[in-house]
Order: sequence, then structure tokens, then C-alpha cells
Amino acid sequence: MDTTTTDPDAPAPRGKANPFAARSPRRRLIERGVRQMLHLATYFILLCAFFIFGDIFVKGAPVIFGKQYPGFVNTRFFTHSPETLVVFENPEGEEFRLDYQEFEAFKAANPDFVVAKEQRNSYSGGGILGPLVGTALLTLICIVVALFIGLAAAIYLNEYGSHGRFMNAIRLAILNLAGVPSIVFGLFGLGLFCLTFPLIVGEANLRAGAPAFELFHSGVYLSFQGFGISMLAGGLTLAVMILPVIITACEESLKAIPMGFREASLALGATKWQSIRTAVLPYALPGMLTASVLGITRVAGETAPIMFTAAAAHKDKLPWQEAGEGGFLGFFGQSVQAMPYHIYTVAARIPQSEYTKPMQYGSVFVFMVLVMLLASLSVYLRIHFRGKLKW
Amino acid sequence: METAMPEAPPETIPAAPIEPAAAPPDSRGDIVVEIDDVNFSYDRKKDVLRDITMDIRRNEVTAFIGPSGCGKSTLLRCFNRMNDLIPGAAITKGRIRILDTNIYDPAVDVIELRKHIGMVFQKYNPFPKSIYENVAYGLRIQGIRNKSVLDQAVEESLVAAGLWEEVKDRLDASGLGLSGGQQQRLCIARTIAVQPRIILMDEPCSALDPISTTTIEDLITRLKDQYTIVIVTHNMQQAARVSDKTAFFYLGELIEFNDTLQIFSAPHKRATEDYISGRFG
Repeated sequence: MDTTTTDPDAPAPRGKANPFAARSPRRRLIERGVRQMLHLATYFILLCAFFIFGDIFVKGAPVIFGKQYPGFVNTRFFTHSPETLVVFENPEGEEFRLDYQEFEAFKAANPDFVVAKEQRNSYSGGGILGPLVGTALLTLICIVVALFIGLAAAIYLNEYGSHGRFMNAIRLAILNLAGVPSIVFGLFGLGLFCLTFPLIVGEANLRAGAPAFELFHSGVYLSFQGFGISMLAGGLTLAVMILPVIITACEESLKAIPMGFREASLALGATKWQSIRTAVLPYALPGMLTASVLGITRVAGETAPIMFTAAAAHKDKLPWQEAGEGGFLGFFGQSVQAMPYHIYTVAARIPQSEYTKPMQYGSVFVFMVLVMLLASLSVYLRIHFRGKLKW
Repeated sequence: METAMPEAPPETIPAAPIEPAAAPPDSRGDIVVEIDDVNFSYDRKKDVLRDITMDIRRNEVTAFIGPSGCGKSTLLRCFNRMNDLIPGAAITKGRIRILDTNIYDPAVDVIELRKHIGMVFQKYNPFPKSIYENVAYGLRIQGIRNKSVLDQAVEESLVAAGLWEEVKDRLDASGLGLSGGQQQRLCIARTIAVQPRIILMDEPCSALDPISTTTIEDLITRLKDQYTIVIVTHNMQQAARVSDKTAFFYLGELIEFNDTLQIFSAPHKRATEDYISGRFG
């Protein structure tokens, strides 16, 4: 016994059982197995992210970035809308690639050029200006509408509403709205905003077949004809879809404001709305904006809600170049190209060839970078305001 | 003073901005707050205050003491109807009259009431605005935009709260940059700026260090000349130091209400004596 007390490193005396010996090696095995499984699951996510970003970056970046200085950035990709790409050869077998309109101009300028092996690839030429502009406009409409309604609803729910059965029903509705598949939102938007939304229009603009009622024999009609396939319809559909997210985010921001601000304000004789406006909202807004930016990234990428309501696969002109009758409805009443729908088109609705690849990967690459920039902006804003607003 | 439900015209509480709150000396000791047999409940089932009857007098400091949960803060929050914010909370019996007006009368506008009854909270809560804007807040929400009026009110309030000398060079700095004690004095200045008649203080020093506490206590003693002050405190020495009258609450009942000197030297009730001598609570 003294040996163990004087020399702790000495091996346990023979014949004496180690009281702490592992009873069953199985337990240790299970422990290790579980650990490895969890480990693998985590790495799987990393692997997916790596392949997605890696593949798109490797194949998409060369479309945007060239090697030498003057062509360092392929600006053409951002200044032209999608066009048909014409690939042709001259009789010597030399290959040329031109957008359709350039091709026509080229042929007109060189009448004696013999075109051999002409091949047309729709949507694969030009750039992505149209879809970018369209997505920006759709997102703008969406976020303006969704922020206004979402903020109002969140203020009501958090500041005015009490905890009744009715309130619970509302919260349940919001939760359910968040779970509706986006294609259903698309169909809903088609039905409501494109086809039946009530408008007040003059006789000339009535849509045949829509129920319409003349107002006081003025020649002005209340017509349930909707906005048609338009930015407005698409933006509103996206707004309805993002509302649950915005409401929840706004409510969280409001909840984060200490009760003390409201109490102090009320105790000084402020009305409820005054205290919300001056002592709550200014400090909640940064959080709301941060959340909204994240919301933007989500709606910008949605395809299903806009494919019935707003998106066109091809438009010759940008919205402001269109010879519409002008005005608010004239501008926002047009259909537009949009990034997600454009990507869907070039990926799934045109014959694939090596000539379509640059447009496919270039579009996805640009779109992904944009969304990632927005997401980073949101993170930056959060950190920025966290430092500034402390109490 | 059993009166029928007073059909007091709302003008009994004058419209703001009111004349300086300083009362003529002979009016010292008038009854300002008259609590008449009040029960209060948060859920209309269990009364957390029972049969409270007491008078609070002009230009005196009245302290509410008692163990946690005894209802002293609840009673304080009845005076400016902050309890209205809690759904279901209401006075279930009796009435509270302030300046001879039943404050739960439908004719009383709670916004006007709160302009006359300021409140300082346990956790100092200046807005994340500049010192100037914090003090001017109450006046701004009343629609006062005149710069010279605001400037004057801000200076006077900060002087009255004993903060002017410390902050006069940095009125544009954030109120949150001040020390805890300064922030609490800023909150007091903010309350004074709207010229209330009564200032309610809900454990104003419980989050402060001893030196800041002394500063605030001195301030309370000075403010007494102009305002009627009701202070809730857990600190019995504080009650003894600053108050003229002390009310001891226990389990929702007013056990004893008397001159502070009397309460701390020779209380009439056994429970009071036990509490102030630290035997429970």
C-alpha cells in the first residue's frame, strides 16, 4: 500500500482490480459512433455549400471577368438584355458569335459574306440588364408595401393588441401564411391581383369580360379587372408572401425596446401613439430595416409567385423605354423580366448547348453575388446598429 | 369626507402648461391626494390592496415602506394610472381623489392627469437621446417648439435637479453617457420639466451607489418646497432621512401611517416595529 501512496505513477498492484475499469467497450463505441455521425452531418452541409459556390464561381466568374485590363469586366453583360445568340461559321470553318441584331447588321454590311452552319440559341446572347431591372423594381414594390403593412400590423399586435382569443387567431393566421407554398401564392396573386383587383378606369381601358360598374354616369367605371400580368401584381404577391416574415421581425424589434421607454414617455403625458412614435419606433427601426434587407434577399429569389403574375421570358425594351400611356399604372402595369424567372428559362426551357452555358452560369453567378451582398449588408447593419443603440 | 361620486368638471385639473407649481406657504399641508377605502386587483379576483385610506399632503414627502409584494408600488402607480397599462388591472372599491377630483372619473383625461403627476422609475430610463432632448421631451410632445421656451425649461429643470453644473457644456451628448446617479437626476429633470404638482418616485435609488443615493436624497429634500413627493423605498434609513410621513404596508394593507418620526421612534403597531427593526421583511 505504501508504494501507491509514495509513487502515484506505479502500476496498480497485480491481482487488485481497477475499480474504474471500463465495464463495456460497447458504450465507448456508441459514443464514438454518434460523435462521428454528427460530425459527418455537419461536414455534409459544408460540402454542399462548397460545391454550389465553387461550381458557380468557377464557371460563372469567367463570364463576368476577363483576363486583360480593357475587358476586365464584361460590362456588356450588364448593359444588354437577353437576346438570341447566333453562332455561325464562314466557309473556312472559322466560328463567330453574334447577338441577333448584330448578326442582322453584319449581314447587311457584308452582303457577300457566305454564312455557313448558322445556329440560333434563344436567350443566350446579350446580357441580363432586363432581368436585373425587373427584379429590382419587383423587390422595390414588394418591400414598400410589405414594410408599410407589416410595420402597421406589428405595431398593432405588439403595442395595442391584448391577449385575447382574437389575437391568438391572428397570430395563428400569420404563422399559417408563412407556411403556404410559394406556388400557391403565385396562383393567389394571379387570381386576385392580375384578374380581379378592383380598379377605377375610364371606358377605354375596360377589360372585356370583367365585371364593371359605372360610377354615377360619369364614364368612369369600377372594374374588377385586376392589374393584368404586371410588376404591380407581382410585387403585391411577393409582399403578401413576405408579410409574415416582416411582421415577425418587426414585432421582435419592438419587443426588444425596454418597457421603461414607453412608461417614461406615458408618465410624461404622452399619448399612446406619441410614445410609440417618439420613444419606441426610432429605436426599433434599425432592427426592422435589418430584417427587411434579409426579406429582400428572399423575395428577390422567388420564382413561383412571379411566374404567373409579373414575369415575361422576353422583353425587347426596359420598362421606361416602353411606349406606354405613362402614369403610375402605365409604368408599373407592365410585365418585366426577372432574374429568377430568367434563370429558370435559360436553364430549363431552351435547348442546351455549349453556347448557352455562359449565359446560364453568368446569370446565376451575378444573382448569387447580389444576394450575398445583400445578406452581408444585413449583417453589417446589425453589427453597426448594435454598437450604436445600447441601453 | 364621504362624498357622492363627484361630478367634478375636468377643469379642476387645469390645462397645461400650468402656473408654477410653487404653492403659497399657507397652503402647505393641504390634502393633495385623498385615498378613500381603496381596493385594487390585477385580475378582478384577488385584491392586492385592501381598504387603503390615507391622505397625502402638499409639499410633504410621503414614504411608502414595506416588504416586497406588499402593494406599495401598485398604490403609487394608481396615482398616475400607470396601472391602466396592465390589462384587467383596476380599482375594485373606493376612490382616489387628487386635487379634489376623482382620477378614475370618466371625465378625467389620463394624458392630462399624467402631465400633473410626474413619475421617476426604479431603473433610470433616459431615452437614447441627447441630454437636452431628454429634458425637453415632455414639452415637445405637448407641441412646444419655441426654442427659447425649451432652452429655458431645460436649464431650469436641470438646475432644479442639481445636474446643470455637471452637464451644461455637453447638453448635446447622449443621456446614456452619464453615470447612473446622473441619469436618474436627468430623469428627475425630465419629470420636473413638465411642471407636475406631484412627483411619484418608485424606489429611485435602489439601482444607485451610496454617494449617488445621498445626492438624490438631498435633491428630494430640496424639491419638497415646490412639489408634493411620494416615494416608495426599500431602504428604511432613506425613508427616515427624507420623508415627513411614512406609510407601512404589509400584505396589501396599510398597517400604519404616521409622522416619520413617530413611526421610527415609537410605532403603534407591533408589525411596524418588527419591520423597521429588521425582524422580518
